[in-house]
Amino acid sequence: MKKRQNVTIKGTKDGLVLLLDDLCSYDELKRELDLKLSANTRTEDERHLISVKLEAGNRYLTEEQREELKELVRQKKNLVVDTIVSNVLTKEEADRLRAENEVVTVSKIVRSGQVLKVSGDLLLIGDVNPGGTVVAGGNIFVMGALKGIAHAGCFGNNQAVIAASNMRPSQIRIHDSLHPAQDFVPAEDKHEMECAYIDENRQIKIDRLQALIKIRPNLTRLEGGH
Amino acid sequence: MGEAIVITSGKGGVGKTTTSANIGTALALQGKKVCLVDTDIGLRNLDVVMGLENRIIYDLVDVVDGRCKIHQALVKDKRFDGLLYLLPAAQTVDKSAVTSEQMKKLMEELKQDYDYIIIDCPAGIEQGYKNAVAGADKAIVVTTPEVSAVRDADRIIGLLEKEKHMEPPKLIVNRIRNHMMKTGDMLDLDEITEHLSIGLIGIVADDDEVIRASNHGEPIALNPNSKASIAYRNIARRILGESIPLQPLEEANKGMFSKLKKFFGVR
Ligand SMILES: Nc1ncnc2c1ncn2[C@@H]1O[C@H](COP(=O)(O)OP(=O)(O)O)[C@@H](O)[C@H]1O
Ligand SMILES: [Mg+2]
Repeated sequence: MKKRQNVTIKGTKDGLVLLLDDLCSYDELKRELDLKLSANTRTEDERHLISVKLEAGNRYLTEEQREELKELVRQKKNLVVDTIVSNVLTKEEADRLRAENEVVTVSKIVRSGQVLKVSGDLLLIGDVNPGGTVVAGGNIFVMGALKGIAHAGCFGNNQAVIAASNMRPSQIRIHDSLHPAQDFVPAEDKHEMECAYIDENRQIKIDRLQALIKIRPNLTRLEGGH
Repeated sequence: MGEAIVITSGKGGVGKTTTSANIGTALALQGKKVCLVDTDIGLRNLDVVMGLENRIIYDLVDVVDGRCKIHQALVKDKRFDGLLYLLPAAQTVDKSAVTSEQMKKLMEELKQDYDYIIIDCPAGIEQGYKNAVAGADKAIVVTTPEVSAVRDADRIIGLLEKEKHMEPPKLIVNRIRNHMMKTGDMLDLDEITEHLSIGLIGIVADDDEVIRASNHGEPIALNPNSKASIAYRNIARRILGESIPLQPLEEANKGMFSKLKKFFGVR
């Protein structure tokens, strides 16, 4: 009887896909991966790098294991791992992802000396007064006046945006870019919502709110909408 | 059972002590039994403004440390027929001499005997502030029409809003100078109230008479003919639940007055 395969190799036009069995032990998997790739790559053209996708199924791979597998594949001369996909997330990862994708609605005035921080998007129904700070992993939407500090994309998301009904911040930060107040010309009597984002020159730019529709289409979460 | 109202501001010198003295006086003039409590330990001066300095024997720290009974430390204001008393702050010890728990207990006891306890709070947000707020049921935040004072008021309001045992604070804008508001050299009332978004309970003009009266140990509220006195008396009546529209300051511009009326729901 033929033994079940722990590593199945498939060729696609984008490179190789390695289907990794998710029931065998990790060591068994590694051994077979090593063996299979040694046997397989000998005939390939060694001048070109071939990208490899690892599909781990329902196996959870730690960060070290991912590195180990990448290293193992890389040793086979012209193979390089492009992506590793697994169906499994740790609970922390799942919680973080959920938090980062959540819109947190807060109804209050963030006063001088106060810091309001959320992991996902912040929808603030109220003002941020001078000396007050709002921080979000995602976007920040202030329905009132933004007169203090706003920091969006604080975990490294430079696609994050800040919008306010009344944009008069003392400072705006998106990821690690900074926009101090003196560089800022408020839309004094225009009564127009404004937004801030990082443009293609890595500069924070302030614009009419409507500019976001074009430059950040991903803000739309509605699926199958019109 | 009475209620304890703390007069606070964050910033020093904006008029907490003056406000405490005058609200206390005005409430006593309305026939209420009032106890003024000076919690500015180490920097007491409510006694001076009230003209009661010479009669102090014991102080607040003596009371909480059990060196005397409350009634022994209370200084009676002879101008009022047993309606106004002062519990002076200690002058010699520092603020950490008293804990929030001790203040709570003290306020509970005073509330048995008085209609209103007016607590004069020290500047800052440290232990002295915490003590002043610990036993209070309500707070009045005093500010002046200056950016720094409003900023500190905002900070204090943020802290007060976290005190679940207290009602939302009310605002007094003190030392208003109309000509400066008009020229834009001072924040105008709309800016301040919109910014702080808490209810306004009174406005007091900048008035030399206030300083003169304080220096004589006679709170201005005793003098029925001054504008500032009327302002303090009106604040007292609003505390008592009367709905009195804000009096326009002399030459107050119309826009401001109508906004103020809106604040009190007067049409
Ligand atoms: N409405 C007013 N008009 C003029 N002077 C005032 C007024 N209110 C307060 N002052 C003066 O300002 C100074 C500081 O007031 P005070 O009540 O001691 O402030 P705080 O207790 O907040 O430190 C005092 O000299 C006082 O007389
Ligand atoms: Mg004082």
